Amino acid sequence: MDNNTILCKGNDVIALAAIRCGCDGYFGYPITPQSEIMEKLMEEKPWETTGMVVLQAESEVASINMLYGGAACGKKVMTSSSSPGVSLMCEGFSYLAGAELPCLIVNVVRGGPGLGTIQPAQSDYFQAVKGGGHGDYHFIVLAPASVQEMNDFVDMGFDLAFKYRNPVMILADGIVGQMMEKVTLSPPKPRWTDEEIIALSGSWATTGKPSGRRENIITSLAMDAAVAEKFNEKLQRKFNEIRRREVRLEKIKCDDAEYLLIAYGAMSRICEETVDNARAQGIRLGLLRPITLFPFPSEQIAAMTPQLKGILSVELSAGQMVEDVRLAVGDKTPVTHFGRLGGIVPAPDEVLAALKRTYLQNENE
Amino acid sequence: MKIVIKSFIMALKGAIAVNTERCKGCGVCVVQCPTGVIALNKNVNTKGYNYLYMANPVACTGCTNCATVCPDACITVYRVKI
Amino acid sequence: MDVNDIIQPENKVYGKTPVLTDTEMHYCPGCSHGVVHKIIAEVIEDMGIQDKTIGISPVGCAVFAYNYLHIDWQQAAHGRAPAAATAVKRLYPDKYVFTYQGDGDLASIGTAEIMHACNRGENIVVIFINNAIYGMTGGQMAPTTLIGQVTATTPYGRVVELNGYPLRITELLAQLSGVCYVTRQAVHTPAAVRKAKKSIQKAFENSGQRKGLSFVEIVGTCNSGWKLSPVEANQWMVENMFPHYPLGDIKNEELGIKDWLKQ
Repeated sequence: MDNNTILCKGNDVIALAAIRCGCDGYFGYPITPQSEIMEKLMEEKPWETTGMVVLQAESEVASINMLYGGAACGKKVMTSSSSPGVSLMCEGFSYLAGAELPCLIVNVVRGGPGLGTIQPAQSDYFQAVKGGGHGDYHFIVLAPASVQEMNDFVDMGFDLAFKYRNPVMILADGIVGQMMEKVTLSPPKPRWTDEEIIALSGSWATTGKPSGRRENIITSLAMDAAVAEKFNEKLQRKFNEIRRREVRLEKIKCDDAEYLLIAYGAMSRICEETVDNARAQGIRLGLLRPITLFPFPSEQIAAMTPQLKGILSVELSAGQMVEDVRLAVGDKTPVTHFGRLGGIVPAPDEVLAALKRTYLQNENE
Repeated sequence: MKIVIKSFIMALKGAIAVNTERCKGCGVCVVQCPTGVIALNKNVNTKGYNYLYMANPVACTGCTNCATVCPDACITVYRVKI
Repeated sequence: MDVNDIIQPENKVYGKTPVLTDTEMHYCPGCSHGVVHKIIAEVIEDMGIQDKTIGISPVGCAVFAYNYLHIDWQQAAHGRAPAAATAVKRLYPDKYVFTYQGDGDLASIGTAEIMHACNRGENIVVIFINNAIYGMTGGQMAPTTLIGQVTATTPYGRVVELNGYPLRITELLAQLSGVCYVTRQAVHTPAAVRKAKKSIQKAFENSGQRKGLSFVEIVGTCNSGWKLSPVEANQWMVENMFPHYPLGDIKNEELGIKDWLKQ
């Protein structure tokens, strides 16, 4: 085993991955259950090695606006928080999306609403996927289910952010953030030089106006209605392109499945065991795990409907992703939600029981 | 003494050029002119503002007071020593 | 000598700096914003830092500041310019970064961001325009509105019992150790404009020397909001604003942050 493979906590690996992928700046504010991300960064002191800036801001409002300032410079910048802190950032999200700024936001979700609980939850799906801030916009939303994916999605997130000039969110949960697993760290990449930034983003980023180039202006303001509509249409074209090109998902034992679980993040790992337990009882169950929540794998789910008798969308929420599943499936297959709330995580057999209760009672009778 | 004063008067002769389309006729410059050179025109520019003009050009010393306080940077000042 | 003989390129002694764009400003006639934009542009020209300067415009009347200076600009969310500027300066330590904020932006919704940027001693310049009213939204009360001053949301005048006191945020921020230079200026007379320009230049120089945050308040007019002519507004400012917001340097610390930390 090489020394890049370590045992690591999900939150800690976000910090290590950020340094290793050449991130220029992290701006954050402590909140459970993700404070280890900034703690780890401070411990690693990347400003002495890669030159990465790490700053504890006075609030989530400040950190997201620091992200705005940094992203507007064409730098690779990121923040992390958990649900109540992310709510505070929503104004900034809208501005970032409106100014088309590439950046990475990690949300290690805890239960809400309000101050809620510090236990894991997936009840911020709507906020992450449908907007959160005002206006017609989307983030690209990645849902890691392992510490390895926490590592991998940092670099991938920055790639997507710069490819589309759009914010990317890693929507994790308290389980993935807090658990320890074996992880192979990505090979280190140097930070971009100022020349590389100008080559990549010099057409729009505020890098200082040399004579001979127009001034670069980062704003989301368009007073003229016709201009604002054109800009919004351009944004929608971008989101549609993302929908076409960036869907990521994992299918587990789906080939012969009659019933399908759809779950993401930590919940998908539990459902994986549910699938095994069901198959041991002769139930042909599969699992579809969306890796991108926006774009949502609607077509891929819809394509499976001919073989399916029922879909159970399993979430640590009162039923949020299930709405997108229903939109994908229409009336072709029955869709039901199962979830636990308040930070309670269901066991695999609890999920299986819910599946049986919903779809298999008549067959058993 | 008389000669000194005369040479002072003769020393600086100024004039201003006003970007009359940019001028909003706010008049903050008029009250800052120490020699009473400038005034707002009875005529208006295409936006309807009574733009600035030199009503009494001979008195201009090119002191730049008017241009310094102008919020719209529409006054250029010229000065010659005679 | 004829006027046309004097108006020759070789005789030019003052004109619009090329750092200012040709775009006509959207500000009302006589608005102080225009003068402040102009002197910032002149300082940038004089210091030769056009390619190294990044401005952060606010929400409020000056939201469109980015249309008027030939430099790279970011337009921040309401009150958040100091946070954005913090990141820009930290990520580009060799650039000159300034925020341009009004009284609603800086002294009301953005109090946390300005206070902590000051306290961290960010090496940025903050230009704070205080005209004691919200201009862009139509003349509502600002935190700096004077007692008795009539605005759209204090139609019978600002009352302490209801609205609290006019906030002297500049004096408040001067207490913070990360701030090296705090001054209050105005732009209503040629002498005042020249002094204000010197102050802004000093603030930019401090930024270059990494002395900490430099804060320049400009007491300005909002003749539309105050419902006065531009000339009357200047007079009203002298008589009513200056007693509560006296002009002059409030703090002029020659110590750098590093020296301060050693103490």
